[in-house]
Amino acid sequence: MEEGRPILHMKDIHKQFPGVKALSGVQFRLFPGEIHALMGENGAGKSTLIKVLTGVYSIDRGQVEMDQERISIQSPQEAQAAGISTVYQEVNLCPNLSVAENIYIGREPRRFGRILWKELNSAAAKLLEERMNLMIDVTKPLHSYPIAIQQLIAIARALNISAKVLILDEPTSSLDRVEVSQLFNVMNKLKSEGLAILFVTHFLNQVYEISDRITILRGGEFVGEYAASALSRIELVSKMIGKELELLEELPKMSSLDGNGKTGSELLLEAKSLGRRGSIEPFDLSIRAGEIVGLAGLLGSGRTEAARLLFGADSPDQGSLKIGDKGSAHTPRQAIDNGIAFCSEDRKGEGIIDDLTIRENIVLAMQASQGWLRTISKKKQSEIAEQFIEALNINPPNPDQLIKHLSGGNQQKVLLARSLLTEPRLLILDEPTRGIDIGAKAEIQKLVMSLSKKGMSVLFISSELEEVLRVSDRIAVMRDRKKVKEMTDGEMNEQLVMKAIAGGGEE
Amino acid sequence: MKHHLFWPLTILALLLVFNLLYDPTFFSIKVRDGHLYGSLIDILNFGAPLLLVSIGMTLVIATKGIDLSVGSIVAITGAMACLTISKGPDQNALVLVATAVGLSLVLSLALGLWNGFLVAGVGIQPIIATLILMVAGRGVAQLITSGQIITVSSSSYKFIGAGVLFMLPFSIFIVAAVFAVASLLTRKTAIGLFIESVGNKPVASRLAGIRAKSVMIAVYLFCGLCAGVAGLILSSNVSSADGNNAGLWYELDAILAVVIGGTSLNGGRFYLAGTVIGALIIQTLTTTIYMIGVPPEITLVVKAFVVLVVCLIQSESFRKAIVGRWKTRRYPAEKEVARHV
Repeated sequence: MEEGRPILHMKDIHKQFPGVKALSGVQFRLFPGEIHALMGENGAGKSTLIKVLTGVYSIDRGQVEMDQERISIQSPQEAQAAGISTVYQEVNLCPNLSVAENIYIGREPRRFGRILWKELNSAAAKLLEERMNLMIDVTKPLHSYPIAIQQLIAIARALNISAKVLILDEPTSSLDRVEVSQLFNVMNKLKSEGLAILFVTHFLNQVYEISDRITILRGGEFVGEYAASALSRIELVSKMIGKELELLEELPKMSSLDGNGKTGSELLLEAKSLGRRGSIEPFDLSIRAGEIVGLAGLLGSGRTEAARLLFGADSPDQGSLKIGDKGSAHTPRQAIDNGIAFCSEDRKGEGIIDDLTIRENIVLAMQASQGWLRTISKKKQSEIAEQFIEALNINPPNPDQLIKHLSGGNQQKVLLARSLLTEPRLLILDEPTRGIDIGAKAEIQKLVMSLSKKGMSVLFISSELEEVLRVSDRIAVMRDRKKVKEMTDGEMNEQLVMKAIAGGGEE
Repeated sequence: MKHHLFWPLTILALLLVFNLLYDPTFFSIKVRDGHLYGSLIDILNFGAPLLLVSIGMTLVIATKGIDLSVGSIVAITGAMACLTISKGPDQNALVLVATAVGLSLVLSLALGLWNGFLVAGVGIQPIIATLILMVAGRGVAQLITSGQIITVSSSSYKFIGAGVLFMLPFSIFIVAAVFAVASLLTRKTAIGLFIESVGNKPVASRLAGIRAKSVMIAVYLFCGLCAGVAGLILSSNVSSADGNNAGLWYELDAILAVVIGGTSLNGGRFYLAGTVIGALIIQTLTTTIYMIGVPPEITLVVKAFVVLVVCLIQSESFRKAIVGRWKTRRYPAEKEVARHV
């Protein structure tokens, strides 16, 4: 890989924000025809570095070379002109326009000012087929396709504009396994065509699956650049964190530790052939007090739909649900009164209230269940918030900070605090660790386990198999909007769960 | 980061200073017949209905809604009160006036409930849902007045809009009371938190256990009530009800006042004090335009122009653009140098 010169070379990059050194002396090299993973915990400077490259921020010191020529990128337009394109985690396209329009928006083929729709559509279809191996109807609106396809379309658009360097910022965080492999196929194809790809992700196995080289940042500083084949996972993690992470090694033991003791405890939740047409087929599920039940399955397999039925966010149209001595809830409000709490997988859309502070976000659910007349005083609110900030290690430790300024992991902790404050008997966590860094991930897993020891039941939903296996006493597997299998502690292992997820055919 | 009231207050101050320069006696307040007289008092007095409507509108806008029907509600309640009084045997009788006021306020609550039902219950977009009452409401008001202007001669009723208490117009006390109630409710109880939460993220709020629909219905109820009180003040002030013209365009002035006050049309955080300043700015502007004798045919154009300027001053990105241009003009070569080294 050392042959040739880098297409992109960033040297000694410095960037300072008021009070924070976001980047100091960072370097980064990107060669044509390679996939280069940029790794680091939240706050390591990954996003700052990418924003420097895409012209969102300008640097204080240092230089950026493209093809041995020094460039200065002042705006996203200049970045594109220089040949750097970015596809973000959230697809930044227009959902109401057609696929073809999205690809060619602003650059439509025209004659006398009239858009040549036929040419536009056929060019788009050809582009997608040739470069993405994607054969779809390009005249349909973008939103009629799943996120994974939208992402490929975004990549196609980026490549069509300029094609030297492609930055993929967390492209896989909302994709399921099949979609990830589809994306990786495309990435490998583009790589073989000589494109340089910068790839940012939180998933370690994906880093090893796809990337050739890894650059690690920590606390805004450059740690090192390594060939992926020469760096072990443990080394990678310890370099990202800056210490050997005993947390990670300690965790696997925890779930099996006292799993047997819980089978005898009382039944907390019992769902009998609970279902909702068009959303999830009838399923049975029971959860005992203090038990952690994992819900495994691919994205869209019905995990979230099941959770929403239990929480009353959607109403079931058949079956019965009993929570303790209470019946099923028809609204989230009732569910909370019945002792259930729910953290949605869609943290930004269904979780945080952007404009409110950490303190207000934490007390929201408790205040809602108390009603507006029994107001929690500001003083009391601050006390509560400070307690949770300390207990969950929320950063920044300022109750009056707006939640939208927090990192993903810290937002998640605030949402957990909001749920815990209602003192639920059952906590439903839908993808609680998605898109957050390893340290925060381990903290949340640990918290879940300590809660269960105190007698709280948890329904733990996650796409990460290792995580589900690690924390759960029992696992229910979903596939194609059906519950297909349930496993208890003794028989749980990765292969078995995998098989259940994939379906019976692949023995 | 400046305080959120900085720009509204600055603009209000600028307007007042302009008036003072134009008419040095603008700030003077005289005592005549035991009343305080002066332009500032007039602004407060004539601005009372707009202030009330704007306070209600603030809460609606905080839930990401809008209420276009407030002008019509002003007309309907005024008409209802005047009709009731005009039918009475003794127009001055306190019982009659109290009945008329009570009836009108109940009616305004019912109209607010109707808006809230359409928005929260049926799920119609607020701008359309309240447009229905905005259009239909004028018809209802004219139905009540049989297309005539109803005049009343009731000194007890007139007290609401033109009475004097502690040397000040009584309407100022009504506004102060409504403002105090609204502030207390939203800042001392959790209802303010719920309103901001629902306006910012309705889905997330529902999942957090907030009864979003009840919150929305409540704000439309409150907004209707505020418009109702405004209608009473307005009709009482002139002792007549005009179904056609009473409260005309109030909804637009009120929305403007809310926005000038710093509350975003996208919902979420709201600023009642800002709204009050905003409404005062609009009322001062109206007074100014009359005072300096702008020809009536172009008053609306002048008002629109000043509003445009106010909005631009308030816009952070506009201010930055102006400052940015001024800076690059001073160092024209800076950008060029960086690119070619």
